[in-house]
Amino acid sequence: MGALPALVVVWPIAGACALLVLGRILPRPAVDGLALLIAAVLVFLTVRLLVDANRGPVVTWAGNWQPMPHRTVGIVLVADRFAAALVVLIAGLTAVALLFGWHYFDNLRAHYPALVLLFAAGMCGFALTGDLFDMFVFFELMSVAAYALTGLEIEDPESVQGGLNFGVINSLGAYLCLFGIGLLYAHTGQLGLAQLAGVLAGQQRETVVVVAFALISTGWLVKAAVTPFHFWLADAHAVAPAPVCVLFSGVMAPLGVYGVARLYWATFTVAIPSVAVHRMSLVLAVLTMVVGTVMCMLQRHLKRMLAYSTIAHSGMFLLGVSTLSPAGIAASAIYLCGHAAVKGALFLMAGALLAHYESLDEHRLYGRARRHRLLGVLFVTAAVLLAGFPWSATGLGKALLEESGHSVVLGVLVIAVSAGTGGVVLRAGLRIFWGLGRRPATADDAEETTGAREESDTDTPPGRTPATMLTAVLMLLLAAVTLGLPGVLGAGTGSAAGAFCDPAGYTARALHTVPAALPPAPPEVGWTGIGLGLAALSTTAAVLVAVLGLARVSRATPAGPVRMLHRLHSGHLGDYSAWLVTGCALLTGLLWLP
Amino acid sequence: MTLFPYLVAGWILLAGIYGVVRSRHLVHTVVCVSIAQSSTYVLLLAIGYQRHATAPIFGPANPPDSPVVDPVVQAMTLTDIVVSATVTALLLALVILVAKRHGTVVPDRLHALRG
Amino acid sequence: MSRRTRMVVFVLGAAGVAVLFVLAVLRTPGFGEDRHPYRDAAIDAALRQRTPNVVSSLNFDQRGFDSVGEEAILVAAVIGAATLLRRWSDPAEADEPRPVPAVTRLAGYVLLPVTLLIGADVVVHGHLTPGGGFQGGVVLATGLHLLYIAGDYRALVRARPLDWYEFGEAAGLGAVVLLGVASVLRGAGFLANILPLGTSGQLLSAGVVPLFSCAIGLAVSCGVVVLLAQFLAQYLPTKGDSA
Repeated sequence: MGALPALVVVWPIAGACALLVLGRILPRPAVDGLALLIAAVLVFLTVRLLVDANRGPVVTWAGNWQPMPHRTVGIVLVADRFAAALVVLIAGLTAVALLFGWHYFDNLRAHYPALVLLFAAGMCGFALTGDLFDMFVFFELMSVAAYALTGLEIEDPESVQGGLNFGVINSLGAYLCLFGIGLLYAHTGQLGLAQLAGVLAGQQRETVVVVAFALISTGWLVKAAVTPFHFWLADAHAVAPAPVCVLFSGVMAPLGVYGVARLYWATFTVAIPSVAVHRMSLVLAVLTMVVGTVMCMLQRHLKRMLAYSTIAHSGMFLLGVSTLSPAGIAASAIYLCGHAAVKGALFLMAGALLAHYESLDEHRLYGRARRHRLLGVLFVTAAVLLAGFPWSATGLGKALLEESGHSVVLGVLVIAVSAGTGGVVLRAGLRIFWGLGRRPATADDAEETTGAREESDTDTPPGRTPATMLTAVLMLLLAAVTLGLPGVLGAGTGSAAGAFCDPAGYTARALHTVPAALPPAPPEVGWTGIGLGLAALSTTAAVLVAVLGLARVSRATPAGPVRMLHRLHSGHLGDYSAWLVTGCALLTGLLWLP
Repeated sequence: MTLFPYLVAGWILLAGIYGVVRSRHLVHTVVCVSIAQSSTYVLLLAIGYQRHATAPIFGPANPPDSPVVDPVVQAMTLTDIVVSATVTALLLALVILVAKRHGTVVPDRLHALRG
Repeated sequence: MSRRTRMVVFVLGAAGVAVLFVLAVLRTPGFGEDRHPYRDAAIDAALRQRTPNVVSSLNFDQRGFDSVGEEAILVAAVIGAATLLRRWSDPAEADEPRPVPAVTRLAGYVLLPVTLLIGADVVVHGHLTPGGGFQGGVVLATGLHLLYIAGDYRALVRARPLDWYEFGEAAGLGAVVLLGVASVLRGAGFLANILPLGTSGQLLSAGVVPLFSCAIGLAVSCGVVVLLAQFLAQYLPTKGDSA
């Protein structure tokens, strides 16, 4: 069915409308059931779309405005294999978020599931559309739904401030982006990605095009939480309800990187020299990975720890893009799948801890969760998977990232990031569930957010962890392991990445013309001996990080540059906006240098 | 001065962000965010402008072959206005909550999220 | 960061952005020139669809998918604000309204029906004259709040059963989605203009554009009413307080 991409986007919107109308009539379990049913149908539609896209890209012109030579109006939706796989991931995580949200917010009627569905619609629209302004519209849809979802805990001071920081910084980023879209429209008179590529084909290093690309990338990279645009993410992810965090960390942040990659390959491959894009994305990726990992290792607030690790991993996605090769894209894609599953599971477990103990402070929770053995085993497993355990999807993605960069230094950095972020999460798990190591000091420091007293976001009575939640965690971890097994994500990802990095092919698909050339040869995607060795190495290093962390008696206050970095994360909107502008200038400069 | 409208748009954008950076009151911050957004209206409408052209609505007084300004940017601006209104509403709602939970709306005095 | 450091960081960044922006603008086509390829294509398409208002043709036909997303943004914001401000006081607890000058009161009541009529007119004739669902919807919602200006919050509350407005909002957006799905079922692709185009300039012409416009008008007017209600309810109970 040709209209499937459009239906994938509007189905959750229709579902949200139905929930709003029926929410006042139906009893609570029926509302939850209906929401889950809508999400299940969305999963079915997206899987169907992926199956269709495997046979060839599914292209649909909204409003049936078929393109004519030199004259196109209307909006095209292009579901190539890559975008289709992304919407499957979005639909799957939405279903998980709704399933786990079963126990959340009894006083919100149908508002919580309706917001989650609108959020999913925004992400699907952003992933599928082939029109620059339409990308902006759906980007804003996911943003607006996300601001509200972040601040849902209205009793909690941190929650509402986190929502506000998220809202202001993302909005400013979006306006910079729209400014870029305006400049590009002034220069070319087009909005479709393929049509833009056609106009820009004869122009290289045109200043207005470079600046426009930089401004648009700023907008998308604010969402991806790339340093120095990353400050809001830790605030927002630390306070959003756990099931919402699954969607935030799993797909929303990576979608920003996807937006830049899509834009570059669909439109700007000729107009902007690859060396400039490589330089820009490499510098920002390395910066993000370092800042994210260092900040992650300093945290004792469990969800902030996970949030900073998401920032570090966002840098890894961008690192894959910076190779500007199908191999790098395939590596990022596989890492994205594994990361979404593992990080989602970790956020859900943090939510369960919060429900049981009303605290997210690693130090205060020391040894308190001994009764939850199963949860503990799952938590530690997830931490090890996060570090890139062999034969897991995170491990495979990480190994491919190391190989695609063709650089020893970058390889070491990727291992350090995996080991650092996985190691501290492992340390927290061993402390909380097993009481290993010496008892850490619980004194509060005015300079940091400890998560000592948090409002539980569920109404679940303390004691047993709900079965739906354990099921969701188990499913996510199983997915992370299964997807990494040899042969599961192999050849398909390789050729999908090859097609993703083929600008002529994208134009041909979107405008229904004959492709000019054969797509680049798909990269080899799979486990190698070296990859397995490196995966084992980073896992070992993570265990080492955890043991060292446990052995340290009390936290020395960080000193020197680390202390300065720590203090930069001030929760102050003025600081964040200043960094946003400076980051935008830096990004543009990196692109503009010869 | 054919560049003037574009420069005005750029100036408004930076002025809005400057306001957010210097803000001492969160409502002021939100207003500055919508000022930054309004720069995009100026930019878009300036791009679509054409000298001696009329509104893109045809009728007896304005036959189909007469020159008109670009309707595409006008449609984009309309979307942009809806986005601005909704974002402002949501941000103000969050400011009300910050005022209630923190007892202050001065950015310098919000200390819940650090490190 | 201290205020000074923050300013230094901002000024450095802003200077960089400003320089690059000026360099970019120097290379854009000059202001007011006649070079708008998308415009020419859009006008052609609008005239073929017999929609004299090209902006409405873009919003409700050529780029209708944008409007679906945009409407979803509005619905998300309304639900979001209602969720965030969910613990408001009962409007019945509002203070006794302060007396409003008779002139204001009279003007409010006289303008109310006029404004509502204008709003409806702007929505319905969106494909022919300036306006459309967004503009008309906002006029309708504002018109209703003349009741508040006239000083009678209780009258506003009576004329504003929020449940119904929430239904209206969802129904408006739902109707747009149904329009799109109906054209898929007709085999014409999502949101295609499947109705007869009629004679240009008449009320029943331009195919689905007037229907689309009315659905958006319903959603926008109801959405804005619900949105404003959240804020009014926040404000009223504290009116007498010094806080």
